[in-house]
Amino acid sequence: MVFRSDEGVGLRKKLLRAERRKKFEALGLIAPLLLVMLVFYFVPIAMMLFRSIDNSQMARILPQTSEAIQTWSGEGLPDEATYAAILGDMKIAYEEKTLAKAGRRLNFDLVGYHSLLLKTGRKVEQIVEPPYKETLIALDKKWGDVRYWTVMERGLKDTTMMYLLAAVDLRYDDDNKIVKVPEQEAIYISIISRTVYISLSITILTLILGFPVAYYMANAKPRTRNLLMIVLLLVFWTSLLVRTLSWILVLQNNGVVNNLLMFSGIISQPLDLVFNRFGVYVAMTHVLLPFMVLPLYSVMRAIPSDYVRAARSLGAKSITAFIRVYLPQTLPGIGAGALMVFIQALGYYITPALVGGPRDQMVSYFVAFFVNEQVNWSMASALGVTLLILTGSLYLIFGKRVNIANMKLG
Amino acid sequence: MSNKDYHVRFKNVQKSYDGKTLVVKDLNLDIEKGKFVTMLGPSGSGKTTCLMMLAGFESTTHGEIVLNGKPINKIPPHKRGIGMVFQNYALFPHMSVAQNLAFPLEVRKFGKAEVEEMVKSALDMVQMGAFIDRYPGQLSGGQKQRIALSRALVFKPELVLMDEPLGALDKQLREQMQYEIKHIHEQLGVSVVYVTHDQAEALTMSDQIAVFNDGIIQQLASPADLYERPENSFIAQFIGENNQLEGVIEKTNKNIAQVKLKNGEKVSALMVDVKDKGEKTLLSIRPERVVINPKASKNSQALEGKVLELIYLGDHIRCRMMVAQNDQFIVKVPNSSFHAQLKEGESVKLSWDKNDCRALKP
Ligand SMILES: Nc1ncnc2c1ncn2[C@@H]1O[C@H](COP(=O)(O)OP(=O)(O)OP(=O)(O)O)[C@@H](O)[C@H]1O
Ligand SMILES: [Mg+2]
Repeated sequence: MVFRSDEGVGLRKKLLRAERRKKFEALGLIAPLLLVMLVFYFVPIAMMLFRSIDNSQMARILPQTSEAIQTWSGEGLPDEATYAAILGDMKIAYEEKTLAKAGRRLNFDLVGYHSLLLKTGRKVEQIVEPPYKETLIALDKKWGDVRYWTVMERGLKDTTMMYLLAAVDLRYDDDNKIVKVPEQEAIYISIISRTVYISLSITILTLILGFPVAYYMANAKPRTRNLLMIVLLLVFWTSLLVRTLSWILVLQNNGVVNNLLMFSGIISQPLDLVFNRFGVYVAMTHVLLPFMVLPLYSVMRAIPSDYVRAARSLGAKSITAFIRVYLPQTLPGIGAGALMVFIQALGYYITPALVGGPRDQMVSYFVAFFVNEQVNWSMASALGVTLLILTGSLYLIFGKRVNIANMKLG
Repeated sequence: MSNKDYHVRFKNVQKSYDGKTLVVKDLNLDIEKGKFVTMLGPSGSGKTTCLMMLAGFESTTHGEIVLNGKPINKIPPHKRGIGMVFQNYALFPHMSVAQNLAFPLEVRKFGKAEVEEMVKSALDMVQMGAFIDRYPGQLSGGQKQRIALSRALVFKPELVLMDEPLGALDKQLREQMQYEIKHIHEQLGVSVVYVTHDQAEALTMSDQIAVFNDGIIQQLASPADLYERPENSFIAQFIGENNQLEGVIEKTNKNIAQVKLKNGEKVSALMVDVKDKGEKTLLSIRPERVVINPKASKNSQALEGKVLELIYLGDHIRCRMMVAQNDQFIVKVPNSSFHAQLKEGESVKLSWDKNDCRALKP
C-alpha cells in the first residue's frame, strides 16, 4: 500500500509537470495576441472606465483648498483658513491659467461657478490682507452661499460619480442627494432609449430580410451560393463611408429613387427619404445585413434536410414542418445574428450621423460630440460606459443561450 | 392479379437527377401487404433514391408508383401515411423523446390523453419507456435507433420505410436490433421496405430481397432462393461466397449442360441463363457444397484440386485450392473427425451435386 501511494504521488507530480509545460507552451503561443489585446483593447477600455470617474485634476489645481476643506463639517460656511486656502490656490491657478479648467469642471455641477472663479481670479491680486472670508463674500455674494461650498467639496474628491449620473439624467442636489435632473434638461435617457429602439428595429429588419436570403443560400447549388456569398461580402469590401454616402445619392430629393418615382408619375413632390429616421433604417440595415445572414447561413447549412423530410413523412404539412422543426433549429443562428447586429448597432456613429437628422442621433454621436466639441473626456467616457454596460448585460443575458463561443461565420 | 393485393407497385420507374444518366433504369417491383421487402445493393445503386421516390421527396422521371391502388404523385408526402426511419435517425434535436413521438400524433390532431397513451405504448414496444424525458443528444446510437423506430410506428402507418437504419451500430447491437425489428414487423403486420447493403442483414430479416445493381433489380426472391439459386453471375458473386470456373458448353441435355473447363476437364452443371452449345459460361459453386475425397455417387462428378493454403477458422477450415487453373477456389471443410486431414501441396479429388453447380452467363 505504502509503495503504491508513493508511486501515485510520483505519477501525479509527473503529470502536473507535464501539464505545466504544456500550459507554458500554450501561453507562449498566445502571448503576442494577449499583449496586443492588453495594450490596444483592455487598456483603453480600462482608461475609459477610469476617465468617467476620475476627478484628480481638481485637487492638483486647488491643492490647499482640498486639504483645508476636509475640516469643514458641511453645515454653514467653512472657516477662515479654508477661504485663505482657496485664495492662495486661485492666485497660483490664475497665473498658471488652470483656473478656467477648474471653473468649467465646477460649472458642470453648478452653473455660475465658471464665471465666479474667473471673476474672483482677476481680482485675487488685490486681496492681500485678512479677513479673507468677508472680503471674498463682499466681492461676490456667491462665496457666502453654502451650495457653492458643497459643490466645491464634492468637486475636490479624487473620484466623482457626477458624469456617470449625468449620463443617465441624474445629478446631486444641494444636499448631496442623487436626484433626477429637471425635465427640460433630461436628454440622455431619451437618447439611450432611442439608441436601443433604433438598434432593435435594425435587428428585426435584418432578420426579416436576412432569414430568407440565408435560407436560400443554404439550400442553393454551390455556384449560386458562391455568387450570393460574394454579393453579400461585397459589402465588406467597400468602405463604410462610401456605402453610406451612396445611400444619400440614392435617397436624396433629386436622387435615383425620387427621380424614378416622379418620372413614373407616382409622386409629384420628392419624398423625404434621407436625413431622417427612414434613411437611418435603410442604410444601417444594409450595412449590418451580412452580420445577420452569415451566422444564420452557417447554422442552416448544418441542418440536414432529413429533419424536414422526417417531419413531412410523419404527417406534417410543409408549413408545420418549417415552423415546428426547422425554425427552432435555426434559433442559435437567429440569436447569434441578432446579438451581433444589435450590439454593433448600439455603437453606430458614422451612418446615423450622415444619413440621419438631429433627432436620429445615437449615443455614439454624443460621445463624439463631447470629445470633439466640448473637450469633455469625462462625459464622453461616462456615455461610453453606459454603452458598455448595455452591451455587457445583453451579452450576459443572451450570450450564454446562443452560445457565442460555438458560433461560426460562413 | 388485382392491384389490391399489392401495397406498393413500381411500374417501369426511371429516375435521373441530372438529365444525362439514369440512376434508376427500369424498376418493376411489387410489394405485397404485410411483407418485409429488402432492397439490397452496392453503394450508389439507387436504393435510397427509390425510397425517396416512394416517400415523395423525389419525383419519378418516368413510370409510375402505385400506393394502395392510387398513383402516388396524386398524394402529398404528409398524406401518404408512410412511416420512415432515416439512416441518421433524424430525431428532432430540440424535442424530447416524448415530444418526438407525439409529433406525428399532434399533427394528426389526436387528443392529449390519446397521444400520451400511444406514445407510452410505442416506447414500451422498443423497451425505451424509461427514456421518455431525455433529449436525443442524451441518447446512445442504439437508443436513438429505437426511438426513431418507435416514432415511425407510433401513428400506426401501414407501410414503413427504413434506410439503412442499423448502419451506424456495432455488430452485436445490429444483430440484436435485426431480431427486434423483425419481431415488431411480425407483431404489427405492417409492410416494410428496408434498405441495406449488408447482405447478412438482408438474409436474416426479409421475406423478399430485391437485389439492385446498375439501376435495375437483378433478382427478386426469398433469401433462400437468392442464396441457393442465383439467377445471374452478379447475384452469384454478390450474395455470399461463390467459386467461379470459366468454361464452354459442349453439349446440353434438358437443363443440364456439359461444360469443358479451361484445363480440359469436363463437368455437368445446371443451366440457368445460358442455353446454347458453344456458349461461354461461368460455373458457380458454393464453397460449402464442395466435398473432398468423395465416395462416388450417381449425381456427383470428380475434379482434380491442389491444396494451396489452409486457414484454421475454428468451426471449419478454409482451404484455398488450384482447380481448373483457378487458384482462388475455396472449399470449406467442417472441423470434424469425419473429414479429411489436408496438407498443403497435396492433390485431392473434389466433387459436388450437379444441381449445386450453376452455369451462368459470364
Ligand atoms: N440529390 C441528388 N442529386 C444528384 N445525384 C444524386 C442525388 N442523390 C443521389 N444521387 C446519385 O444517384 C445515385 C444513386 O444514389 P442513392 O443515394 O440512391 O444510392 P444508394 O443505393 O442509396 O447508395 P448507398 O448504399 O451508398 O446509400 C448515386 O450515383 C448518387 O450519386
Ligand atoms: Mg442510400
